Amino acid sequence: MNLNELTAHELIDQISSSQISPQDVHKSVRDQIDAVDSKVKAYLRLNDNPQNYDAASPYPIPIAIKDNMCMQGIETTCASKILQGFKSPYDATVIRKLKDSGAILVGNTNMDEFAFGSSTENSAFGPTRNPWNLDCVPGGSSGGSAAAVAANEAIWSIGSDTGGSIRQPAAFCGVVGLKPTYGRVSRYGLIAFASSLDQIGPFTKDVRDSAMLLNIIAGYDPMDSTSADVPVPDYTKALTQDVSGLKIGIPKEYFIDGLDAEVKAAIDESIKVLKDCGAEFVEISLPHTEYAVATYYIVATAEASSNLARFDGVQYGLRSFPEKVRKSSLIDMYEESRDQGFGPESKRRIMLGTYSLSSGYYDAYYLRGLKVRTLIKNDFEKAFESVDAILTPTSPTTAFKVGERSDDPLSMYLSDIFTISANLAGIPAMSMPCGFSQDGLPIGLQLLTKAFDEEMLFRIAHTYEQNTEWHKRRTKFN
Amino acid sequence: MTTTQTQFETVIGLEVHVQLSTHTKMFCSCQNIFGEDPNTQVCPVCLGLPGSLPVVNKKALEFAIRIGCALGCKINSFVKFDRKNYYYPDCPKNYQISQFDKPICYEGAIDIPTEDGTHKTIGITRAHLEEDAGKLVHADDCSLVDYNRTGTPLLEIVSEPDMRSPQEAYDYLQKLKLILSYLDVSDCDMEKGSLRCDANVSIREMGATEFGTKTELKNMNSFKAVRTALEYEINRQHKVVLSGDKVIQETLLWDENKMMTVSMRSKEAAHDYRYFPEPDLVPFTVEQSTIDEVKHHLPELPEPKLNRFIDEYKLSEYDATIIIQERCKANFFEDCLKIYPDGKKVSNWLNGAVLQEMNARKSEITDINLTPERLVELIKKVDDDTISNLVAKDVLGMMLDSGKSSAEIIDEKGLAQVSDDGALDALIDELVNEHQNIVEQIKAGKDSAVGFLVGQAMKKSQGKANPKKVGELIKRRLLDG
Repeated sequence: MNLNELTAHELIDQISSSQISPQDVHKSVRDQIDAVDSKVKAYLRLNDNPQNYDAASPYPIPIAIKDNMCMQGIETTCASKILQGFKSPYDATVIRKLKDSGAILVGNTNMDEFAFGSSTENSAFGPTRNPWNLDCVPGGSSGGSAAAVAANEAIWSIGSDTGGSIRQPAAFCGVVGLKPTYGRVSRYGLIAFASSLDQIGPFTKDVRDSAMLLNIIAGYDPMDSTSADVPVPDYTKALTQDVSGLKIGIPKEYFIDGLDAEVKAAIDESIKVLKDCGAEFVEISLPHTEYAVATYYIVATAEASSNLARFDGVQYGLRSFPEKVRKSSLIDMYEESRDQGFGPESKRRIMLGTYSLSSGYYDAYYLRGLKVRTLIKNDFEKAFESVDAILTPTSPTTAFKVGERSDDPLSMYLSDIFTISANLAGIPAMSMPCGFSQDGLPIGLQLLTKAFDEEMLFRIAHTYEQNTEWHKRRTKFN
Repeated sequence: MTTTQTQFETVIGLEVHVQLSTHTKMFCSCQNIFGEDPNTQVCPVCLGLPGSLPVVNKKALEFAIRIGCALGCKINSFVKFDRKNYYYPDCPKNYQISQFDKPICYEGAIDIPTEDGTHKTIGITRAHLEEDAGKLVHADDCSLVDYNRTGTPLLEIVSEPDMRSPQEAYDYLQKLKLILSYLDVSDCDMEKGSLRCDANVSIREMGATEFGTKTELKNMNSFKAVRTALEYEINRQHKVVLSGDKVIQETLLWDENKMMTVSMRSKEAAHDYRYFPEPDLVPFTVEQSTIDEVKHHLPELPEPKLNRFIDEYKLSEYDATIIIQERCKANFFEDCLKIYPDGKKVSNWLNGAVLQEMNARKSEITDINLTPERLVELIKKVDDDTISNLVAKDVLGMMLDSGKSSAEIIDEKGLAQVSDDGALDALIDELVNEHQNIVEQIKAGKDSAVGFLVGQAMKKSQGKANPKKVGELIKRRLLDG
């Protein structure tokens, strides 16, 4: 195998025994980018000056960063025209932690504009393709980050997950994607979509790498009031192979009509694997599941409408004046800049959110949304009184074709139907490969646990992984 | 006009924004200072740069609680912030972090004096924490933004519509400022913008219980301007109603040069601020013990101090009122009283000669060269007849100029009074020779003529003669002889 196809823990073993250098790994990754990224289009820009290589640092691993995390002196666009040219004067906390650990920042990855989407087709700079089938989407919104790891264009990558934006592309691209507990990883420097739902997390090729990368980025940050002052365990210690006696819940509400038969078969097969390892499975109910998508689109768009208000052409990014007006007013400048800067999905969500917060509608929409969110959260709390974890499909289908759903926002929104609840409840959730469809597309299974119990996720996921081979498959390009 | 105007009652409520003088800004660690070069006191957080997040300044919270306690407010131990959404270039996030449904302080009151010598209570609805906006500077063909002020902690104090005249509004502001000045929480300088006031005003028929349609007045740069603008606006509303029209709900700007209000926006154009809970700040609870602690450490407030000064030091209400106008002056007064028993005398000095010197030097009592010990020493020099009251006032001026003590100055300049009989007898000899007619008058029983001779004696001695002694000696010589 080429170096770029290895996992970080395999590479670190070789680096620490001086068989290879961090430069070798970076070069291998860059060669792969040169070879395939014109097809995959995972990256928006590459970092030509990724700092010093330090073989002695704990994690000298090439990592790709979703283009919504601020990196000092480097353009950060959220794949939007409105932020073109914006160079952050500061590093996001996650970036700082990665730099401190010696990680090699390879470049910034494509995404749905402002993380609004499930296919990475909403990027202002063109879609990313699924490395397993270039006609398909990689999922989204962190499609570039998922595709970069799946295409071996990075060893690790970082994404953000507001309603499934790490887990759904992880499932579509056949990699491990983790959305940590809300508050586990600092959001400082993450350009906000929906502040109460956003969480940064890792994409990796296997579960051990996921635990390692979470070790680096997790922890309380005084710059983020929503980050939790909860001790961070060494997550690699949770990588046992023992699930005997664990009770895993299967929520009946997740096995719906739209669930693809191949996906369902793969999930059933995974349940069997874990049963053989000693886990006990029970059917559970999460009764408010059917309201999750509606609740999410009320809460998330309301926050987004306010979070995106700052993109107005005044301080940074795109500024535009209407052509035919001789003397433009401030309002003209706002309107023209935002009209030209934002893509259609961003406009749609800003309008939705503005509407639900408006006087006269607030109680019926936003306030009601918050109440249902509490009910959804309560569903999980109740469930976790009797089970240690919950297992579901990550997405109802495998990756769909580019263009297939882009004219139908509702069908697009439904591809996150299984992932949204974890964000609303603030609990951790992971997607990992659990099979392939007949036409060769990856299938993902999702594990969920109670807040701040990522260790349980790693324990179950690692056990599953050690008893299957899916994580060893690599994409091939001709 | 006046007769018809008396049919109406005025209703006024005030919104006062107080900039809190914390070291750092409300949600970031930038310095909270005034007068620096534009855009030098900024960071990603107060610039609202993408990805930045706010962190609550605990000191600002403490200041707000302190003010709330001093205004008799209840304190919301559940601290929650909200976003107020509006687009304007001085607001870099295009939303202001404020408090909507859970203000940190609520249901307080301020007493203001009334003409009949009693007090009237003005309710305080609420006081909430928020962040200040930046400053726009308009040039010919562009506008510039200075974000230094962005993120300065503000407490917005909202009164009940309890005031019935512009004078009451003025008195409320004076009293509020006085209380704030005791709390060390703000400069309260309207010119610097650290205290700003908007006024809501309406009129209604005398005896009516419903409120009339109100207008909101903005852009008043002093308490006097608030009073004048209210007078103007009330008069305008009277004219509107008396002519059969209706007052329109609108926001008006006070134009200090034209001395009139100008319409800024009507209710139809009013903002929908789309308030919602600030998701970047998790609500938290302030422990009751913390609130008790703040309450416990409140300084003595102006009103209790006034009453105590009247009781304890036998001051007149007038004297005491002037003394307590500034907390440092009241402290100075009390420090004097620790080493000198006569409150009346100290207050006469503080409200007389010392005040004149302060005004002449445009300085506070803490900024002039005077300690309570030095002032008491000076007063004692008058008490023991070392110098006269008149000379003492000059000595005070010299003390402040030179930083020397009264004793040093009296010594150096030879200002001690002459009380020695021999020296004074010689002086009186001269006077008796020069003013024979006055001598006759005194001998004839005209007592007031003695005063004239004493005055002449003071003149001749350049103030150094002890006037009491001179008077006694004259009488003894002319009447007893």
